Parts: sequence; C-alpha cells; structure tokens
Amino acid sequence: MPNLTIDGKQVEVPAGTTIIQAADKLGIRIPRYCYHPALPVSGNCRICMVEVEKQPKLQIACYTPVTDGMVVKTGSPKVLEVRKTVLEFLLVNHPVDCPVCDQAGECKLQDYYMEHGQYDSRLGDVKVKKEKKAFSIGPTVMLDQERCILCTRCVRFADTVSKTHEFGVFNRGDHSQLDVYPGKQLDNNYSGNVVDICPVGALTDTDFRFKCRVWYLSKTKSVCPGCSQGCNITVEWDKMRPHQHKKARVMRLKPRHNPEVNDYWICDKGRYNYRFIDENRIQSPQFKDQVISWDEAVETVAAAIKPLQDARRTNRIGVIASAQLTNEDLFAIRKLFKETLSGALVDFRVPETLGDSDNFLIKADKNPNTAGALNILKTDAEVAQIVQKARQGEIDVLYVFGHDLVKLFGVETVRAIAGKVKLFVYQGSNVNETCGYAHLNLPSSVYAEKEGTFTNCQQKVQRIWPAFQPLAESKGDWEIVALLSDKLGKPLTYKYSQDVFKDIAANVAAFSEMSYEKISDQGMVLKL
Amino acid sequence: MEKIVTRHFGQPNSHLLDSYRQDNGYEAARKAITQMTPAAVIDEVKKSNLRGLGGAGFPTGMKWSFIPAANPKPKYLVINGDEGEPGTFKDKYIFEQDPHALLEGIIITCYAIGSHKAYVYIRGEYNKSIDRLQGAVDEAYKNGFLGKGIMGTGFDIDVVVHPGAGAYICGEETALLESLEGKKGFPRLKPPFPAVVGLFGCPTVINNVETIACVAPIINKGAEWYAKLGCEKNGGNRLFCVSGHVVKPGVYELPNGTTLREIIYDHAGGIPNGRKLKAVIPGGISAPILTPDQLDVKMDFDSLKAIGSMAGSGGIIVMDDSTDMVWAAMVAARFFAHESCGQCSPCREGSGWVYRNVKRIYHGDAREHDLKNLPGIVNNIGGNTICAFGDAVSMSVGSYVSKFRGEFEAKVKK
Repeated sequence: MPNLTIDGKQVEVPAGTTIIQAADKLGIRIPRYCYHPALPVSGNCRICMVEVEKQPKLQIACYTPVTDGMVVKTGSPKVLEVRKTVLEFLLVNHPVDCPVCDQAGECKLQDYYMEHGQYDSRLGDVKVKKEKKAFSIGPTVMLDQERCILCTRCVRFADTVSKTHEFGVFNRGDHSQLDVYPGKQLDNNYSGNVVDICPVGALTDTDFRFKCRVWYLSKTKSVCPGCSQGCNITVEWDKMRPHQHKKARVMRLKPRHNPEVNDYWICDKGRYNYRFIDENRIQSPQFKDQVISWDEAVETVAAAIKPLQDARRTNRIGVIASAQLTNEDLFAIRKLFKETLSGALVDFRVPETLGDSDNFLIKADKNPNTAGALNILKTDAEVAQIVQKARQGEIDVLYVFGHDLVKLFGVETVRAIAGKVKLFVYQGSNVNETCGYAHLNLPSSVYAEKEGTFTNCQQKVQRIWPAFQPLAESKGDWEIVALLSDKLGKPLTYKYSQDVFKDIAANVAAFSEMSYEKISDQGMVLKL
Repeated sequence: MEKIVTRHFGQPNSHLLDSYRQDNGYEAARKAITQMTPAAVIDEVKKSNLRGLGGAGFPTGMKWSFIPAANPKPKYLVINGDEGEPGTFKDKYIFEQDPHALLEGIIITCYAIGSHKAYVYIRGEYNKSIDRLQGAVDEAYKNGFLGKGIMGTGFDIDVVVHPGAGAYICGEETALLESLEGKKGFPRLKPPFPAVVGLFGCPTVINNVETIACVAPIINKGAEWYAKLGCEKNGGNRLFCVSGHVVKPGVYELPNGTTLREIIYDHAGGIPNGRKLKAVIPGGISAPILTPDQLDVKMDFDSLKAIGSMAGSGGIIVMDDSTDMVWAAMVAARFFAHESCGQCSPCREGSGWVYRNVKRIYHGDAREHDLKNLPGIVNNIGGNTICAFGDAVSMSVGSYVSKFRGEFEAKVKK
C-alpha cells in the first residue's frame, strides 16, 4: 500500500486511491466542486489542484492517483493562488445574486470565496446572460442556468446513479448551459438528490425554495420511516420563526451518508414525506367527543382491562401493533400485553398491499421496522383473526397502534367493531378515519419527536433522535404504554428510551451486546 | 530538393488509383506485410526520426511502440484530419491530391501496430477532401488494397471515413475519440493515454494525415534516406502553409530546419507592396507570435520551442506593418472564445473574458486596469486545464500583449 505525505502528515492508503481521497482520510479538506465521492471523476472544475513534489505542473487531486513516497502540498502559495484564480473564473459569468438565491448559506461559491478567494473584483464586464432565469425542469426541481458552474455532478448522477439520463450540457465555451434534453423532464424517483449535490444555487428544490433561509435550520439525525430500507436522513427544522410557515417545524429532509444503507441518496417519496409531522396531528387524548387529561385517558383503559386481568380473561384483549413503531415501543408493548397481560392477542402484520419498489432504495414493505417487530413481538395471533374476533364480540378491549383499520378492513367492519367491543382504543400520531370510530384516541409522537431504533430490511438496527418536543399533548408510544402499565400495577422502570433498549439487549437474543453507543449513527446488524 | 508528400501533387488524376499505381503505389505496403515484421516496421519509422506533424511533434515510431501487444482488445488507428488550426491547410491537399498515399500509410501503420480498422476523422467542411478520400477508399476496396486479405497477403483492414461536425476542439486527439464515439467533443483526462485506452476503450494510435502520408516513402526508401532529409531529431520534410501578407501564399514542402526567413522570402516571394514584415505566427494560431528579429529560426520542432514558440501545425501567418496587432490579438482571442469546448472552468470562462477584454481595448473602450489585468488573466488559463487548448490561449494571446505592448497601451484611455 502506498505511503504518502500530505501537508507533512503521513498516510497509508490502498493503491488506486486518489490524492483527494487520501486527504479526506487525513481530514485535510481540499476544496471541490465537480468531485463527488459517489460519482465518476470529471476533473473539470480545477479547484482541487495541489502541488506534488517533482511534478512541474499542479495536479488535480480528484484524479491523480497516489504513489508511494509522494509528497503533496495542499496549501502552498502556488496552490492558494490557483484556487483564487479558479474561483475568479467561476464568478466571471455568475450573477452573484446571493441575496435572492436560495442556496445562500450552503453555497460552495460563497464558502470557498470566504476561505480561499477574498480578492478584489476585477470583473468590469457585462456577463453572459442565459436565455431564461429560474425555470422548472420537473415536478420537484428548479434550474437557474446563470448560477450553474457546469460541474456536471447532476449530469453524472442522472447517468450513473438514477440511470435516467435527463441532463446534458449544451453549446460551447462560456455559452455552455446545463439543461434537460429536449422533451425530457427531471422526473424520476431520485430527482431531489441533484439539489443536494449541486454545489451552487443552480438546482434548487421547488418544495423548499424560499421557505426558510438555511442558517435558521437546526439539524437532527434520523432514519426515513417511509420503507424498510431505512435510509439515513437529517431532519432539518426551524422552531424559531413559527409565523413564517404556519407553525410547521420541519422544513426539509436531507439524505445522510451511510455507505451500507443509502450511500448519499434518498428517494423523492422519502424526501417529501414530512408534512404529517406538523399537519393533521391528534392534539390531546379524547374520549368519544370529549377532550380528557392523560390521567383520565389511562384510567379509562386500565378500568377496561383490569376486570379482564383479574378474571384471567386476557384473551379478550386484542392488540394491533405496528411496524411503524420503534423497537423500544414494541418492546414496551411486549412487556405489557405479552407478559403482564399474557394471553392477550397481539400482532402487527396487517394485510397491506405491497408498495412500489426498485432494485435501489425503494422497498415494497413501507414499514421502517418490520424486522424489529418480527424479532421483538414474535406473535402467535394474527391481525385478521383479532379483527374477526372483535367483530364477533369475542374481544372486549381492542387497542390499535397507528393503523387505519377503515382503510384496511372497510368502514363496515370498523363500525361493527366499535359497536361490539367495550373499549376501542386508537393510539397514533395523525388523524385518520379510524379515529372517528375509536372510543378513545391517544395522541402519540412521530418519529422526529422520538428517540429510539428501527431495524431495516438488512437487519440493521439504526437510531433516530428527537428533533424537538412532541407536538401538543402527544407522547411517545412506549411512554404511553408505560403509563398504562403503571396503572395496572406493573410499572415499567424506564426513564429514557435507552433504558428500554438496554432491556431489549438483555432479553432479545438478536439484540444482545447492542447499545446506543455501539449503534451510533451508522447502525449495527442484528445477530440472527 | 526531393519532394515526398507532395510528389504527386499537380499530376493529372493524381487522386486516382491508376495514377498512384504507376509510381510503385502500394508496393511499400506489400513489402511491409510480406517482408517485414511489425517490429521491424516500427523500428524503421523510429530510425527515420519521423515526428507527429499534426503539431505536437511526438516521435511517431515511439508512439506506435506504446500499443500494448498483449492486450487482447482490438486495436485502432485513427487518422486526425480535422485540420481546424487557423492558418493550416496542408492535409486538405493530401486528401485531394494524393489520398492513396494516405491509405497506403494507413495499411502499413495498421500492420505495424496490429490493427485491422482505421478511422479517418476528416474536417466536416472539407467536402472535396471527403469525396476524394471516400473515392480512393472505394477504389482500394474494389481492387483488393483494402478489405479481407489485401493484395493476397491474408492481412485484413477496413477504413472508415468519418466527417467531423465543425468543432475545433475535435482536433484534440481525445476529444476526437469522444466525437468518433458519438459523444460531445470533450477532451479526456490523461492518463490513460489513447495507446492504452483509446477509441471504444481499446488501444489506439492517433496520427496526423501528413505523418501517415510519409510512412510509405520511408518503407520504400529506408529510414536513413528520410532522416537525412531533415535536421537532427526531426527527419524529412514538412508542409508549410504560408498565408497572410506574402506574394505567393500556399503550401510548401521544405526540409525540416529550413529557416523562417527562407520560407517567407525565398519561397513565398516576400512581403508585397513594398511593405515591411511586422510579425509572423509560425505554427498555426496557437503558436506564440514572432517578431522580425526572430526570422532566422529553423522551422523544426526543437528550434522553435527553444525560442518560446512552437512549430505546431506548420501554419505560417505573415503580417506586414499595416497590421494592427491589437486587432490581430482580438481575432485570435475571438477564435479561442468561440472554440473553447467549455468543459473546464479556466478555459471556458477565461477565453471569453480575455476576448471581451481585448475587444474593449481594440475599440478604445478600455481603461488602464484592463490592460494591467490582461496578462494575468491570460496566464491563469494556461497550465490549469484538461487539454492544451488553455495553454494555447495563454501563449498565443499572451505573446501579442508582451511583444506589442506599446500598441495596446496606445489604445487604452488615459
């Protein structure tokens, strides 16, 4: 393996590594526009040029392979001068319309100008104007050709990652412009990623555009709950300026790098699946049409369960859990309904029709935690059977987590169940048709408000972090179950999600030896 | 003086097979295939000191020897006949006057490098050249000089004539390959060089038309004969395209090492109308401009390089003392701005910036800082780009500013 020196620091890397990769490994950040670790090298922006000892000309770090004994300087006067030069060239025809540009604050032209530019402008010229200013190139993305620095990241993304080939660079010289091919639209399942990789304000997200200046955003690591792939994401939110966007907190979701799960990408469905976090939420516990306190709510459930528990007729309790819940939530359900109230009928596998899928990131199973639910709940009952029994009056307490039974079984069935069971509990984050038939609605928090873990289709356990407090009166699912457990005389001794997880690790073989620290932000595979 | 490449020029029907056959046509190819090993052919060409006449002057035999023999992929020969360099019009005459000489050179080269397919990438505007070459190819196929088992030797070779679409950059060999593959003409990052990964990802030799037209005579008459014609390290003759302010503009075949003064005054008839010479571009528009005190330079690759210019494509553009050098610089800059492919940022943005700057100076709209900035902007392009186009912008436009600064200063507003 070649051993080289970059800025006086030694590093050993596999043969074939480029200088920029070796520098990244050392934490030396060489500026880059066209280079992206997940795309083929293009070498066109020229800002990553570095000095290599014994080479007369500067070399582009993104393309030059390392050799044994190579000595690289990334901060020599020659290198710094060329960086300034390249920045100056990139700005020759750039409109520098930062005050009205949505990229401002996360723009590499701005960043590198502050780091490496800082020259006095000598651009007295009229700039080359492109035909149109910002225009839509598809349902989710806007293109501003004047801001484009023609790094071709988006072209290479569409050619090699989404393989949909929408982009091309047309014309020549300083009249070159990025566009979609005539008659084509940027409309594939991964369109939004081009906005993430665009280093400047050329490609912006139609959904996010002008909604919020990026410096107001807080960022929380999370995992997309949209399907069983469990793509790593960052929830970007703004709580400081609720007057700006109808009190919505989440402004956008961005992919978070995880080479084993989603690399740098997420699908559009996942990217734009965030409105439910702030919209259409159940605000407080509600019994029939009455808003009640949490204490009253829990008391109501306990009062219905207690006689069954005492009479050892727990088989008249039906629980429909969900693979949308975290491992921690599911484990609390297991503790209460399968241990304390053993005999209760518990399952989570509702008869869902499979969704769309591809051979990349989109999985047909639209639940983020099916693998976790299978390992933690190990059910013997079946949802269809629970529903059947509830309808026939063989169940007194039906406790549903998150599922819209009306959608799954039809309004007739749900109406019949509501008439037959003594207590129909719906615990979920958002209002759906089932809420109208449930006797008791309990507001739970959404994933962005929870700490916990999901297990994806690769059996990888991945953490989610709470971005902000649960909305209104809502509470975490396991916290609600814990309140109920307490009321039934079997307190769960958990204070934090981490306590639940410790219990999972101690009691579920597949999770043994796992901890939040070990899982960290890149996940850990189940032991099966 | 013995003519090589132009030996048939001007003869009746010199472009037809019959005429070419009368002068031992295709016998060099037969000799190479039947009496020589490929290695012996390469060796002969190496000894002849034949250098790439497209402009880079790279030793031809050495280029051929870079083709990896062990590579199981097909190998290709690509003939660069894009001839887009302003001031250059030599390959055009080879296509029109002696296309079979090129084809024979192609056969020998293919044999030497183990290729069975050659592409001739020919400038799209050269309609007559395309017709003549295609005619020669058709004749050669019909008479067994191209195709399967040519001349009864068992050697197969196909030749494809491919017209370009008008981009100057497609004369850059890797942009040419991209174009030939049906893509936009963008130069490739190097390495790998075409000898290893070239056309369609296969080992490829790319040679200029004139270079390959010299190959058959070298095989016929021997490397020593050819090497002796030229000067040290630069064998044979060269076609010089003389244009601009001379009495007899045209293509002249002269030995490498002939001085620029001889070419202009002895062969091209000197400067007309009693005017004086002011400047000369010695090797196509990319070559740094020369002044009258530099006329005694020998016109071979090494001598021109030594005085900071280049032999380039052999396009000699002569300017007399009526020429406005700011205007000349502006014309060069406009060409570069128009032809920059736009792939890498210094050249894409810089070439246009340079042109606008020089244009402003020419029109008298510039201020002192425009001229002050110009050399810096020009310099920042060269050395920082994927291909040599950026260097050409720097060297060419830069040379006008440094050598005729007074004329620039006179046009700047005080």
